[in-house]
Amino acid sequence: MDILDLFLHAGFWAATLRIACPLIFGTLGELICERAGVLNLGIEGIMTMGAMSGWIWVYKGGDLWTGLLFAAFVGALFGLIHSIFVVYLGLSQHVSGIGITMLASALSFFTFRMLLPSSTTPPKIVPFQPVSIPILSDLPFVGEVFFSQTPMTYLALAIVPLVIYILYRTPLGLAVRMAGENPMALEAQGINVLSIRTGAVMLGSALMAVGGAYLTMSAFDAFYFGMINGRGWICVALVIFASWRPGKALIGALLFAGIDAFQVRAQLSSSAKIPYQFFLMLPYVLSILAMVVMARRARYPKALLTPFRRGERT
Amino acid sequence: MTVLRIKNVSKSFGSLVANQDISLTLDKGEVLALLGENGAGKTTLMNILFGHYVADSGEIEVHGKQLPPGATDAAIAAGVGMVHQHFTLADNLTVLDNIILGTQPLTSWRINTTEAKQRLSRLAEDYGIHVEPDKLVADLSVGERQRVEIMKVLYRDARILILDEPTAVLTPQETDQLFKTLSFMVEHGLSIIFISHKLHEILRISNRVTVLRRGQIVGEIATGDADRDILAEMMVGHKVSRPQVKHLTPGAAVIELKNISVEGKRGHKTLLDNVNLRVNSHEIVGLAGVAGNGQAALGNLLSGLQTPSAGTVCFKGEPLTDFSTRRFVKMGIARIPEDRHAVGVVGDMTIWENIINENLREKPLWRFGFLINDKACRKFAAKLIQGFDIRCKNMGMPTKQLSGGNMQKLILARTLQNNPKFILANQPVRGLDEGAIAAVHERLLAAKRKGSGILLISEDLDELLALADKIVVIYHGMLSQPLPVQGISARDIGTMMAGNLGHAATLDKGRSA
Repeated sequence: MDILDLFLHAGFWAATLRIACPLIFGTLGELICERAGVLNLGIEGIMTMGAMSGWIWVYKGGDLWTGLLFAAFVGALFGLIHSIFVVYLGLSQHVSGIGITMLASALSFFTFRMLLPSSTTPPKIVPFQPVSIPILSDLPFVGEVFFSQTPMTYLALAIVPLVIYILYRTPLGLAVRMAGENPMALEAQGINVLSIRTGAVMLGSALMAVGGAYLTMSAFDAFYFGMINGRGWICVALVIFASWRPGKALIGALLFAGIDAFQVRAQLSSSAKIPYQFFLMLPYVLSILAMVVMARRARYPKALLTPFRRGERT
Repeated sequence: MTVLRIKNVSKSFGSLVANQDISLTLDKGEVLALLGENGAGKTTLMNILFGHYVADSGEIEVHGKQLPPGATDAAIAAGVGMVHQHFTLADNLTVLDNIILGTQPLTSWRINTTEAKQRLSRLAEDYGIHVEPDKLVADLSVGERQRVEIMKVLYRDARILILDEPTAVLTPQETDQLFKTLSFMVEHGLSIIFISHKLHEILRISNRVTVLRRGQIVGEIATGDADRDILAEMMVGHKVSRPQVKHLTPGAAVIELKNISVEGKRGHKTLLDNVNLRVNSHEIVGLAGVAGNGQAALGNLLSGLQTPSAGTVCFKGEPLTDFSTRRFVKMGIARIPEDRHAVGVVGDMTIWENIINENLREKPLWRFGFLINDKACRKFAAKLIQGFDIRCKNMGMPTKQLSGGNMQKLILARTLQNNPKFILANQPVRGLDEGAIAAVHERLLAAKRKGSGILLISEDLDELLALADKIVVIYHGMLSQPLPVQGISARDIGTMMAGNLGHAATLDKGRSA
């Protein structure tokens, strides 16, 4: 198959969109945290937790949508734990974040094993099914790429403009941005910095968990070990790539997903001369290169990583 | 009519008593000056009033109603506004965003910008303050940022305005503008608390002065009954004698900058632009300028931290090629860094370690080329501690526990002990109290008598006019021609600081005519 054909194939673009979905949720979640001045390295674990808890909910007889809400709730809970350490106690955001990732990942598998016995064939649920939007899905090419996806994909695409609107057009979004730029200014205007930051971290973590849940409830139908597979870290990098802007985050997620979709197809189509590991490596190498180019221009939130302590002498 | 009553407020930070049983009142339409040295507790008191801090005891009443402690939103709602010394603005946001933050309910679904802009232009008309709402704060000058801070407070209908050292970063002209605005506000019925340690400003703007020393109120006086000397004595607690400056015949040049340029980082402005400067022995050259106009680059250059992109630096007539701090120190180029906490000393290391660290690799402090001679070091340190009157419990205590004045004495001791030929004194008395200021100035003048040439960088025009023999002004990385200090006024320097460097030539012509 020719490389050019690959790009003209609607299946490639539809796959790109599917691969991008968890990244879109995760990157937006991380972006919201960081815009409020808190780095959340718990993302990898929170995504795992979201993947597990949403799936378990449905497996135990719950409905898909409430399962999604449950995953978000569990994610927010881990966001709260992170907030207690870094927002209220002002501890190192790196250390707490890594700790959250280890805790949440381990706890996911532990819970999973506690609730389900080990078996050779993994237990499955019925995940979200593709919904074809009438008329639009009949359009050639575009219909197949955009309008025959699962509801969670539509949700991911809808959430980008929503986050943009909230961050840039509402007083709440302004407060979140200010918490990441100069928390003292927020306090001087009579707004509680700690609540704003905690709220942002919880909301961001909920989004991360939904991103994780996408994998078990929409892309796939089972939960297994190592499922998130570094997607959380990719999201952290994408936030920098996006210069902390949600619109660019969407572009970044699609770009990364596109390369990933490409490498899967290139693996299949290429002769055996190139080892498949090379293709596996491709998205990561390219994202490092993209970061090198973009990060120099990145305008990071000024108060990122800086704890705010009330009533302390500066 | 009393609008504010502070009753018996006390506040400690650990063992440090910042405010002790402070009571004061403020009337409608009054300007009350809070005078005191650095660390006297002025800012702490205002931070308690505005709700940043919670007092250990005491009460605050605004318009007869008690203010809940530690709540900035309650203070704002009661009509208290504060313009912080370190601006509370976000560089990456627009002026409008900074102003309206917190004024619209967080649950609302839309920021109402049209209404906000209308309100801003109404306020601009009422008070004569103009801000450009759509500009990024990062693009504003310091004076403009302060106007945004004031606008923030007015926007929230403040009736009591706290200004914490508002003139510290302004040129004399900008200060005039600020004072005009303040008089306007008083006419509108606002009450103002003005924090400062600049006596002439307090005499100009206030109706009443309350003096704080070491966390306590030590006196109160109607401004009409006060003069500079009375206020200075109240503030310091004893009569203040200023060191006598004698202009000496300058000797040979010790430092000469010839057509020096320093490029900024990629995409930034040029830091120093074709600068020429000469400092002779027996001479103090004062460098004036608004912060951020290239002083830092000049300081780094003369400390050996920065290599010029173009031009030559000559030391005692010889061009310098090797820009390294260690070589500079060895040759006799001493420097008092701008930020003593960040680059002057290592706070967590002991006093003796900090004293030796510039001479570390010299004998007898250094043994066999790699060992510290502990005994010799302590002896060396003890000698300097005594000679420079550094007050400390023992030389083994962490340096960060020293007061600002004693820390600065430590730095002076370290740099002056081997009679340097050139001294870069970058903001040498910033944040010090009057006693320590006098000590530092006396040391600098003594060094000048011994033959050192000194470049004194300062934002305090009074200090420059009192100490320097010549003044140069820096603006956007360019230097004015040097002017003898006799017959030049703070106003002239202000004109140049605002960008009119050519004013120096006019003054010079006027003098020779």
